[in-house]
Amino acid sequence: MDVKEPVTDQFYQAQKKQYSYLNLGPTHPATHGIFQNVLKMDGEVIVEATPTIGYIHRAFEKLAERRPFYQITPLTDRMNYCSAPINNIGWQMTVEKLLGVEIPKRVQYLRVIIMELARITDHLICNAVIAVDTGALTGFVYMFQQRELVYEIYEEICGARLTSNVGRIGGFEREFTPKAWEKIDRFLKEFPVVLKEFENLLSRNRIFMDRTIDVGGITAEKALSYSFSGVNLRAAGVDYDVRVALPYSSYEDFDFIIPIGKNGDVYDRFMVRQEEMWQSLSIIKQAMAKLPEGSFHAKVPEFYLPPKEEVYNNMEALIYHFKIVMGETDVPKGEVYHCVEGGNGELGFYLISDGGRTPFRLHFRRPCFIFYQAYPEMIKGSMLSDAILTMSSMNVIAGELDA
Amino acid sequence: MELDDQEKIIAVVNKKFEGEILQTEMLYDFLTATLKKDKIVEIIKHLYDHPDTKFQYLTTLCGIHFPDLNQIAIMYQLHNMVSNQRIRLKVYLPIENPSVQTLTTVFPAANWMERETYDFYGVIFEGHPNLKRILNVDEMTIFPMRKEYPLEDQVREDKNDVMFGR
Repeated sequence: MDVKEPVTDQFYQAQKKQYSYLNLGPTHPATHGIFQNVLKMDGEVIVEATPTIGYIHRAFEKLAERRPFYQITPLTDRMNYCSAPINNIGWQMTVEKLLGVEIPKRVQYLRVIIMELARITDHLICNAVIAVDTGALTGFVYMFQQRELVYEIYEEICGARLTSNVGRIGGFEREFTPKAWEKIDRFLKEFPVVLKEFENLLSRNRIFMDRTIDVGGITAEKALSYSFSGVNLRAAGVDYDVRVALPYSSYEDFDFIIPIGKNGDVYDRFMVRQEEMWQSLSIIKQAMAKLPEGSFHAKVPEFYLPPKEEVYNNMEALIYHFKIVMGETDVPKGEVYHCVEGGNGELGFYLISDGGRTPFRLHFRRPCFIFYQAYPEMIKGSMLSDAILTMSSMNVIAGELDA
Repeated sequence: MELDDQEKIIAVVNKKFEGEILQTEMLYDFLTATLKKDKIVEIIKHLYDHPDTKFQYLTTLCGIHFPDLNQIAIMYQLHNMVSNQRIRLKVYLPIENPSVQTLTTVFPAANWMERETYDFYGVIFEGHPNLKRILNVDEMTIFPMRKEYPLEDQVREDKNDVMFGR
């Protein structure tokens, strides 16, 4: 990044005001990811910020043009890796929409459970990190212990932890095991206690409130013009949630509220996330109570890999297995956009299929990439330590930002 | 989206911008309109202001390269959050000189999205405040998402992808 004016003694004398330039990042522990910001500082006040992004750009959109649909799921893991299952399932639902597959109710409910667990992990990391950035490390450790419980649930369901690659086009690869249900039950029992404790620790804590209220705020109008979505938009007072506006995966069956904030500042974002975790817990409980009987996957033999025993013993399964792996299945031509409420906003998949085995074009609407451009404006005139806090409260995930 | 609503949106555009819409179709749940490229920003501004449409949220914007047509399409997705209607607008630009007006005058959010489109497709957005590469290195000379740039080295012989690759 080039600094606009040369920083020389003459320059300072001519300006009469002494600015200093500070390189925040690319690898700075407080930015929680690889971003660079060149800050023009007047003392400790930020006058101007120039962000540079793309340090971990991995060309997912280009890679996706060479991969069959089921191989794109692991790419989506690596976008918002704090809530990878939401990305996976969002992508699978996009393909299902293209194919016009009818998904059994049970699969939809199981997906809701996984997606809400993922939302909880996403929000708890973000909130715990806000606390760390204000100096409260204790809550962070407690919350991370709970994240571990969720990761164990993922492990039980799909075998992976962080980059989960959960499910397949059409449903899940196997039924949830009794062990998985046991772990979900344990999480539902233990987590509310910790969450309540965490909330007690911070939500009315004078030091925390002083650090976060009226810091890094944005108005609803500005947020909309910058196409904010997710928690950051809701904290500014706009009740837009994809789960309600454009329900997918049977979200219309559940009773939950969309918490909104007022000022769009760090404190509001923290509180909205906090409330959303409670709502997610309630959705999981409702889904478990109402869980219908049925199959754990839809009948899409041309896309859903058959179980291994079937492949060895059944002619049809062997044919489908071969067709899927070798990419012989016909895909309809079409153009489809599907969006889900990701960890930090409207995560969209714009897919154009020309009938080939790979997408003709796949565009990810990545919420981070879109709202991070408002960051220089949000931190203008604030202190350096507030800029760190603003960034962590926006939940900017480098993987999603750079794709 | 109901049929009446679609017609209403199309009528709003047709009333002021006669003949600008080349084609409208319903792609799954999305109303898609292909437009002539010259007045695209004015039309989006009109859709933004008009009380019947009020598309005041830019969901996303991206480029698509069609090597067969020798064209690059720009896709805009707009959202009216009050009535919960969405529309996709498309313009096609010739590959030799892909340029279109910038949307940053209407939506500040278009800034980085247009930079990304420039970065990957080389589309020039006229009037953009800071049109330079965003995700790729500044030294890059090509526009990598164009179809003529294959993902892997095509002269490699150990990896024959004639059968299964694109």
